[in-house]
Amino acid sequence: MADINLSRISKCFGDYRAVNQVSLDIADGEFVALLGPSGCGKTTLLRLLAGFEAPDDGVISLGGQVVADPQSNIMVTPEMRNLGIVFQSYALWPHMSVARNVGYPLEVRGLGRAERDCKIKAALDTVALGPYADRSPSELSGGQRQRVALARCLVMEPRAVLLDEPLANLDVHLRETMQQAFLDFHRRTGATMIYVTHDQAEAMAMADRIAVMDKGHIRQMAAPETLYREPADLMVAGFVGAGAVLPISNVSIHDDRTCSVRLGDADVAARICPNLVRKSNTAQLGQAGICLRPEDVWVDDAGALRGSVEDCVYLGGRFRLSVRIGRDQSLPVYANRRARIGEQVGLKVSDGWVFDRMQDEAA
Amino acid sequence: MQATGRLRGFLPGMTASTSSNRSSDRLLYWLLLPVFVVSILPIMRLGFEGVMVGGVPSLGYFQDVLGNSTTWQATANSLYTAGLGTVISLLIGGSFAFLVALTDVRAKAALVFCFMIPMMIPPQITALSWVQLTGPSSALLNAFGIAPAMGAPQPLYSAEGIALLLGIQHASIVFLTLRANLRMLPREQIEAARLAGARGGRLWWQIILPLTSPGLIAGTAMAFVTALGNFGITAMLGIPANYATLPTLIYQKLAGFGPSVLGEVSVLAMLIGAIAICGVALHHRLVSKRDYRLMGMVGRPLDISLGARRPLVEAILWAVLVAILVVPLLALIATSLVPAFGVKLNFDNYSFEAFREVLFVQPSTMRAFQNSFMLSVGASLTLILVCLPLAYVMVRRPSRLTKLINLMVEVPYALPGVVLAIACILLFIRIPLLDVSLYGTLGIIFIAYLARFLVIALRPVMNSFSQLDPALEEAAQACGAGLGRRLRDILLPLVAPAAAAGALLVFLTAFNELTVSALLWSAGNETLGVLIFNLDDSGDTVLASAVAVLVVLVVIALMTGFQLASRRLPKGVVPWQT
Ligand SMILES: Nc1ncnc2c1ncn2[C@@H]1O[C@H](COP(=O)(O)OP(=O)(O)O)[C@@H](O)[C@H]1O
Ligand SMILES: [Mg+2]
Repeated sequence: MADINLSRISKCFGDYRAVNQVSLDIADGEFVALLGPSGCGKTTLLRLLAGFEAPDDGVISLGGQVVADPQSNIMVTPEMRNLGIVFQSYALWPHMSVARNVGYPLEVRGLGRAERDCKIKAALDTVALGPYADRSPSELSGGQRQRVALARCLVMEPRAVLLDEPLANLDVHLRETMQQAFLDFHRRTGATMIYVTHDQAEAMAMADRIAVMDKGHIRQMAAPETLYREPADLMVAGFVGAGAVLPISNVSIHDDRTCSVRLGDADVAARICPNLVRKSNTAQLGQAGICLRPEDVWVDDAGALRGSVEDCVYLGGRFRLSVRIGRDQSLPVYANRRARIGEQVGLKVSDGWVFDRMQDEAA
Repeated sequence: MQATGRLRGFLPGMTASTSSNRSSDRLLYWLLLPVFVVSILPIMRLGFEGVMVGGVPSLGYFQDVLGNSTTWQATANSLYTAGLGTVISLLIGGSFAFLVALTDVRAKAALVFCFMIPMMIPPQITALSWVQLTGPSSALLNAFGIAPAMGAPQPLYSAEGIALLLGIQHASIVFLTLRANLRMLPREQIEAARLAGARGGRLWWQIILPLTSPGLIAGTAMAFVTALGNFGITAMLGIPANYATLPTLIYQKLAGFGPSVLGEVSVLAMLIGAIAICGVALHHRLVSKRDYRLMGMVGRPLDISLGARRPLVEAILWAVLVAILVVPLLALIATSLVPAFGVKLNFDNYSFEAFREVLFVQPSTMRAFQNSFMLSVGASLTLILVCLPLAYVMVRRPSRLTKLINLMVEVPYALPGVVLAIACILLFIRIPLLDVSLYGTLGIIFIAYLARFLVIALRPVMNSFSQLDPALEEAAQACGAGLGRRLRDILLPLVAPAAAAGALLVFLTAFNELTVSALLWSAGNETLGVLIFNLDDSGDTVLASAVAVLVVLVVIALMTGFQLASRRLPKGVVPWQT
């Protein structure tokens, strides 16, 4: 049974639609990342879920129970939703000790002292902060504060944990450690987690599924590898992973999964989006594009696709070239030798993903 | 930890508690009602008086009052004295704030403490002490034999004299607002300007002054509005000089009772209210145009080195303090010690007779101390209790109604105290329905204090609420805490320092208050301000000085007490330290 369902949720601030007709189904125990550029409405969506904002339209239900539905005038307040939330700013209460911060949800629920202390200790141990119980939050480092916020949200055994860019304020090294901590926690507890981030690497590393948001819409929701290999539209293809999308006109379809594409003087075997295959029966393929990932393209002097090197960056172990192939088309390519700027090279392409470039205009 | 994601679809009585939560929200709105009754209704009642002549709506009073040249003379006088006074406040308070906040002068805490005292001393005592300092019968000057000749005019009985004292009295207002602003000034911005080559005057004029202009404008507006409504100084200096300002004109109109008095006073009150609102509106306009939100590390104090000039600057600062604080106080003390007013004070003839008289013979002194103490403690406690939830509603649940209330609570503070007093008399002389009268009781003074000082208590709490990260409250909400719990456990402790600072300001202001109680007192219900004014008015200047000295001593003792306790209080409770 799906635990969290959003059905055609919209939220406006004045005339601006921050969240636009969003539908999402999140299964119990799933780790979902909400990924999108800054300002696309991720936080707003999370706040709608938590109950801090009321939707203008649509229905939100948790575990089959409707918690927000403006049509029937239902709006369950955040305190009644039993969802844990970790804010970007951590939102620890400066006037309470770490232990009291963590124990506050239990205090509100009226648990006895002994039971409370026991649970606080367990929660603090989970995030490896046992010895810090009596400190004040201001005496902790950023990563420790983050963990206190997480412990505070765990201790109440919420139906789901919502995290709003929890690692954005931490340095790179700490970020990796904390990512591991979140994953460990998720595996151990099986809690449903919704993780907001603008960092695609973070989302891909952690989530079971990623929902890519843009301008208030959900563009695509899929497993990270699907998102990377088979982006549904131009925005997702550009936002997730490196690579280039080239417009193509000459596609010959083999079956409903594969096709071959004419790129320069080369024929490239590629996968094709079933949607596009269906459309090709009714309309033309003039708006198709191919998404090429750098690991699927390599320099080979025998390659029929030719271009000139525009840029060469050493990444450690390999080079990333930017190769111009058309008038204003260039491709990122990995190479194992340095190339001169302006050098003519041949390219071989082993794989590509063909999809409808105009998809997002329709959305 | 066991699995937490599993559906625990258990939410007992969810719908019921949802609705009760909404209603506790609605309960908050009911709070606006007493605020409306106490601070806005009286003003509306007074306005009503101005547009009704003999029970029918008419603009008769407007024609009478606005057609009278004394009105316009008094308006011009008010504008002149308040304007000039504000300039003086700005010069004194501004330079003090800049020098104390930005440079490396020593003994800052002592400077700030002493500079705050003039604000805490009732204006009529300021006036009294200055008159005694400079007049022909000055006990202090006579002791040195340098007093003006008998019969020479008292130089302070003039427009400029009034402006000078208004300026001194309200310099601390400019100082406080500006200092708050300066403390937010990140040192990086000054350092960046210095790296860019700005030095000396250029640094001050092109960087520091523009960055602090919001504070300067706010302080100026507040000093102006306060000066406009000042009664103590304009009355004690203006009435002998026959120099009428709007507050004294109102007072004189009231003294000569007649059928049309209330209507005329109402129109005069609207006039002064209109000027005050123009001042406040101008302030909002000017400030809204400059959004210099200051970025960068805040909290590291700036220490511009004054170098070799430091001793000179320090000497000037302390000299100004001596001039505006010590000398007038000495004059006051000298007067309280003379055996009879006008007698030359020397080491053989000083006497504590006046103190004995006011403390042990006249019962009214102790009574007045008691009354003022009760009123100011009561008002500050009540206001803080009201302001905590009120500020919450205004900041976190803004609506058109709260925005209106936000503007309206300024009015009872901006209007002269006498005007507010009349408004309260009109409204509470016979409370409809209950058919009781508050007139002639401490109750009516208390209500008037609540109306007048609400804004003093409210602003610090509102500021504190708006600076709190909303996530702090939302986190508690996600933990399951309802509104009441959130207020108690999370919000209240976090805004407590601001609330305490507000309460302290209300207490110190109310303790010295004269203008409101000047009309509302009755036998047995005198306040300290009234007692001093009446003693002086009836020629008992020596006794008045003795009471004034006692009041100043009590105020300084209280301030010192808070100062000493400040280390144990949360940061920000003592207003002159933040
Ligand atoms: N309370 C609000 N009032 C008005 N506009 C808002 C509010 N909250 C968010 N927005 C706007 O909605 C858009 C989405 O914001 P947000 O959800 O915070 O984006 P994200 O978290 O993806 O960066 C932004 O353009 C933002 O300016
Ligand atoms: Mg955000």
